[in-house]
Amino acid sequence: MAFEGLSDRLQGTIQKIKGKGKVTEQDVKEMTREVRLALLEADVNFKVVKDFVKRVRERAVGQEVMESLTPGQQVIKVVKEELTDLMGGDESKIAVASKPPTVIMMVGLQGAGKTTTTGKLANHLRKKQNRSPLLVAADVYRPAAVDQLKTVGTELDLPVFEKGTDANPVDIAREGIAQAKEDHQDYVIIDTAGRLHVDHELMDELQQIKQLTTPDEIFLVVDSMTGQDAVNVAESFNEQLDISGVILTKLDGDTRGGAALSIKAVTDKPIKFAGMGEKLDELEPFHPERMASRILGMGDMLTLIEKAQDQVDEKRAKELESKMRSASFTFDDFLEQMDQVKNMGPLDELVGMIPGANKMKGLKNVSLDDKQLVHVEAIIKSMTKHERQDPSLMNASRKKRIAKGSGTSVSEVNRLLKQFEEMKKMMKQMNGMQKGKKGKGMNLPFM
Amino acid sequence: MSFFKKLKDKFVKEHDEHEQATDDTTTQEDNEEQTLANETQETESTSSSFDVEEPDGEVHEELSEAEEAAEQEGIALKFRKGLEKTRSSFSGKINDLVAKYRTVDEDFFEDLEEVLISADVGVNTVMDMIDELKMEVKRRNIKDTEMVKEVISEKLVDIYYGDDQSGETEELTLNPDGLSIILVVGVNGVGKTTTIGKMAHKLKQEGKKVTLAAGDTFRAGAIEQLDVWGERVGVNVVKHAAGSDPAAVIYDGIRSAQSKNADVLLCDTAGRLQNKVNLMNELAKVKRVIEREVPGAPHEVLLVLDATTGQNAMSQAKTFSEATNVSGIVLTKLDGTAKGGIVLAIRNEMEIPVKMVGLGEKVSDLEMFDPHAFVYGLFADMVEEYEEEK
Repeated sequence: MAFEGLSDRLQGTIQKIKGKGKVTEQDVKEMTREVRLALLEADVNFKVVKDFVKRVRERAVGQEVMESLTPGQQVIKVVKEELTDLMGGDESKIAVASKPPTVIMMVGLQGAGKTTTTGKLANHLRKKQNRSPLLVAADVYRPAAVDQLKTVGTELDLPVFEKGTDANPVDIAREGIAQAKEDHQDYVIIDTAGRLHVDHELMDELQQIKQLTTPDEIFLVVDSMTGQDAVNVAESFNEQLDISGVILTKLDGDTRGGAALSIKAVTDKPIKFAGMGEKLDELEPFHPERMASRILGMGDMLTLIEKAQDQVDEKRAKELESKMRSASFTFDDFLEQMDQVKNMGPLDELVGMIPGANKMKGLKNVSLDDKQLVHVEAIIKSMTKHERQDPSLMNASRKKRIAKGSGTSVSEVNRLLKQFEEMKKMMKQMNGMQKGKKGKGMNLPFM
Repeated sequence: MSFFKKLKDKFVKEHDEHEQATDDTTTQEDNEEQTLANETQETESTSSSFDVEEPDGEVHEELSEAEEAAEQEGIALKFRKGLEKTRSSFSGKINDLVAKYRTVDEDFFEDLEEVLISADVGVNTVMDMIDELKMEVKRRNIKDTEMVKEVISEKLVDIYYGDDQSGETEELTLNPDGLSIILVVGVNGVGKTTTIGKMAHKLKQEGKKVTLAAGDTFRAGAIEQLDVWGERVGVNVVKHAAGSDPAAVIYDGIRSAQSKNADVLLCDTAGRLQNKVNLMNELAKVKRVIEREVPGAPHEVLLVLDATTGQNAMSQAKTFSEATNVSGIVLTKLDGTAKGGIVLAIRNEMEIPVKMVGLGEKVSDLEMFDPHAFVYGLFADMVEEYEEEK
């Protein structure tokens, strides 16, 4: 991993104060400095960080942290609470106009993902809210942007209103809405061209579209990888258009996404959705608490669990859970799991969501190439029933046979066996963690 | 659009001055001070000459020869113009900082740290630099913040150049006799296809025969987008249907380029987030196909980076390098308010040179990356002031 999470960062300071009976103000200062660095590394704007750290420091120097027996945990708890607070509640609702159609305008910089998000949002409206949206192609500047929206429309089987690239975007928007009224479409999503927030001419154009169409929602689409500049972009778009919400894109990448915090802090507008993949159904409601964890580099257990829930049927999951608890997990379960995991997404992504996973010894050496799954599958399938139930049966000749049967080598078989043991260990740890969660606050394995 | 209008009004009046300003450009290298004196005037007149030609910000029109010539002369100025925002905000901040503090103390360094971080330089790079600065300040026994300004710029230049002190412009590596293949990679939405369009224009102007291969078969409209660029620039585009194997498209691109005796083949690829293992493997495969078909190719693997990207750019550079052995970076969208500080971090930590920068929306707004111009652009105000004091 490229970045240390906040918990890793705090390790050093915590080690130092562990032996002491009392936490001093200086210790707190050091810890808040680490908080500051962690947030900066996550691309949170430095001004936002400054205010934030000040608040955390005030709380920390007060009773809460200094009198706590576990000051490190307490600091993280305070930080996370403040962060979640700042990030706002779950607000993935979309306005409904009293008189249809409801008009939504999509705005943002070039390459943020407006057109793709327009498609995803339309899909969301239809699937989850049973609406019939019309897509309006008002990006006449970028070559083939209209084609792109048309293709998206065809893929979703949704109508697209377009007038080629010679028409004025303002006219396109107006006529699009008229078209929607005629066809009794209850939502209109206007895909506008990407533009720099400092490009006055194009920003004026957006204002014209806004005045003419009086949209019920204006969504600013922001790339979650944006750095310190996110503040300027969001501030500028909000000042000129008074946006109603934000959609973060490309959150399926490995960015920490501090831009989310920056945008929220400067605009005070809700972040409503997050783009989680290239497919048109990969738009999810935004979860402030998960984002807080992510920014702090503390993993995203909730998303992992949710992803798993999508794939695993409940009865089997319960069985599995009890197996995990008792650590009587066998290779058969492993094989079954693998199929489910494969459907959940790339492995390293999943492991990244487990808090403290990068701290776990041994796990670092586990290569997370999806291709390896094929080999693993072959190896397990070359085992006898007994071997799958009880890996301790393994001896040299069995391993040799398995290697031959699966077309791999003995060392690969050995590696899998070792990984399997590590996985079991990990389960035990995850298990302990969940129990801890029920108790109070967080109980991370490394503290 | 008051700014453009103002420029248009000025253009008629300032036409003669523009002539003179362009002359000054040519002597810029020998006489930096003089150029500095003319700085404001030059910047204004250059921008007017371009913006008036294309009042709608449209890019499709074929540029006439006269316009092209004027453009060539204006390149250095355009670079400065594109960096104007970067420079004024960045050095402006350092100047604010210096004015605010009288003595060089911890608070001063902490604020300096923030200035650098706000430019997306990256926490690690900034920390290292601050440490070195502190040492340097101690060694030279500097107490006055005015003096430290000089040391700051020195250090940043040091970080940028690293061990390679030459500071030369990194040219594109092209095969002098035969086909050169350039593979363009990057995450979604950074401007790969646009960059290819601009590059094709640039190479064609240099008299090269260019072919484009539409390797982004995934994103809706990507093939059409490259096709439009091909038409605009007037170069051949090799394409398959959407959803086909990108490696196959590239293979056909190579065959077509070879049979048509093209000088350069520009290969577009689909944007992909670097943590998608399967997609990165696909990219590695595309590269293997190129390697197999043309020995010594690809001659360049260019990673396109969005200048507004934060710390994740480093992760992009690392992972894409692992998959495709990136040989250079194209930094796009530097005409926004993005600070360009990421360039320092990339050079410092990755040792991958920035080869080109995208400075605007027009077909001609792609320039070779000139480290001198870049660093000079960042520090022009500071340098200027320093010289005046002298």
